Amino acid sequence: MSNNSRVAAIEGWYTLEPQPHLIGSRCRACGTYFFPRLSSFCRNPACEGNAFDEVKLSRTGRIWSYTNACYPPPPPFVAAQPFVPFAIAAVELEAERMIVLGQVAAGIDVSQLKVGMPVELVLETLYSEGGQDKLVWKWKPSGAPA
Amino acid sequence: MSGEVAVLGVGMHPWGKWGRNFVDYGVHAARAALKDAGVRWQDVQFVSGAATMRCGYPGYVAGATFAQALGWQGAQVNTSYAACASGSQALAAARAQILSGVCELALVVGADTTPKGFLAPAAGYRPDDPDWVRFHLGITNPTYFALYARRRMELCGATVEDFTAVKVKNAAHGAANPNARYHKRFTREEVLESAMVADPLRLLHVCATSDGGAALVLSSLEFARRHAARAPRIAAISTVTPRFASYEVEMPDIATDSAAVAAAQSFRASIATRAYEEAGVAPEDLSLAEVYDLASSMELDWYEYLELCRPGEAEGLLRSGATRIGGRLPVNTSGGLASFGEAVPAQALAQVCELVWQLRGEAGERQVAGAKVGITANQGLFGHGSAVIVKR
Repeated sequence: MSNNSRVAAIEGWYTLEPQPHLIGSRCRACGTYFFPRLSSFCRNPACEGNAFDEVKLSRTGRIWSYTNACYPPPPPFVAAQPFVPFAIAAVELEAERMIVLGQVAAGIDVSQLKVGMPVELVLETLYSEGGQDKLVWKWKPSGAPA
Repeated sequence: MSGEVAVLGVGMHPWGKWGRNFVDYGVHAARAALKDAGVRWQDVQFVSGAATMRCGYPGYVAGATFAQALGWQGAQVNTSYAACASGSQALAAARAQILSGVCELALVVGADTTPKGFLAPAAGYRPDDPDWVRFHLGITNPTYFALYARRRMELCGATVEDFTAVKVKNAAHGAANPNARYHKRFTREEVLESAMVADPLRLLHVCATSDGGAALVLSSLEFARRHAARAPRIAAISTVTPRFASYEVEMPDIATDSAAVAAAQSFRASIATRAYEEAGVAPEDLSLAEVYDLASSMELDWYEYLELCRPGEAEGLLRSGATRIGGRLPVNTSGGLASFGEAVPAQALAQVCELVWQLRGEAGERQVAGAKVGITANQGLFGHGSAVIVKR
């Protein structure tokens, strides 16, 4: 464990609790969820709502599809040297009826993933800078070792 | 009133990695299209440019830059920027001017010079921009292509061999196209031995980015009757937005709409549906289709979005040989993005150019016998997509 302080790589998008959640919005008029948060006008064309509750989105879901990044993505991605390929999953949240992308937890390879597999949200370091670990949400197969 | 306009002429600058200014490609294509149409640049009343975000001050605000390079002559000017659908929107602008009677003769031009490697967003800390967010998380365009591909594999029984067969087919088509960037007839082995980019997609399954230019001369049907004998007609241009709740993972978003209270909708299927409705054409009427194979796997998705087969049956359609030249319904006779690589503002126009050559019976070795009706389809970032139907 480093002595770095833990901060969000993207501020306000997720909680930094031990059991983290993505932070979304829910329209008070029609009940539609949004991620990232929305604070202006509801995007459901049948709704004139403009007031939202901030909500923690479900922290578990099922894999809609998955892939990996075999080459370092370009900036603003901050690639570690040497680059370590990582898996990526699109995860369907049941209550929200929404699909959210994210990296898969470190050390999990595409061969360990399957469409429909249950996953949960975890926080891992996206990159470190100036004594800070910049945390981001990742999807981790439920029941996988910590 | 007819909603149709005539395509009097088409022209392209060959795709490649030429490293020259994009204006050169656009002017080359425009001059070729004007010559093909048999009209003078000085007689063009409306010039419609498809812009690129590259090359500075979005493609020098494209329409005017092409007009200046061709020689200022006082035409009315338009510029359209709509990611991969930029060319179709420039086409739609020209069609609207013609159909409203404001002009009779219009020139549409798109051209691009692309950098090597991944297309990437502007710098800085910009979390409000979904394109910035996804790159920050390491999510590139091939990530999305691979997510669709993997889902097809697990739900529809697609295999990597199918994706490879699409690439091999399109490479064989493109080998006979002088405007394509790649003329190599890639083999199955070469595709399968190329480096993995985004599992299950390998380098040769994913399209490159290219330099290139394409142009069309459009006119009213009345002008075409006075002027030319055999001008194919544009019967539909669909540039619809998605409908809420758009429930497919779309570039560059990190999340889909929530379908918690509204029904889930497919954006790409709706692009084609609108074009068929507008043209009064059914999928069974088609002679050929040009679709956006950003990755070879996505050609299979398009078979279904265009209703060339029922959902889940694209692999069967491919394996039957129907979509090869000589088959029942050839797809990507130009060679597609597999043989071109993407030159964003020119690509949708290049697709239409291929339909026009096919419908005029001038596609040489690539010719689809007796081609009467063709459709194009493409889709890009931020909810843009288009389909164009051309009839003989």
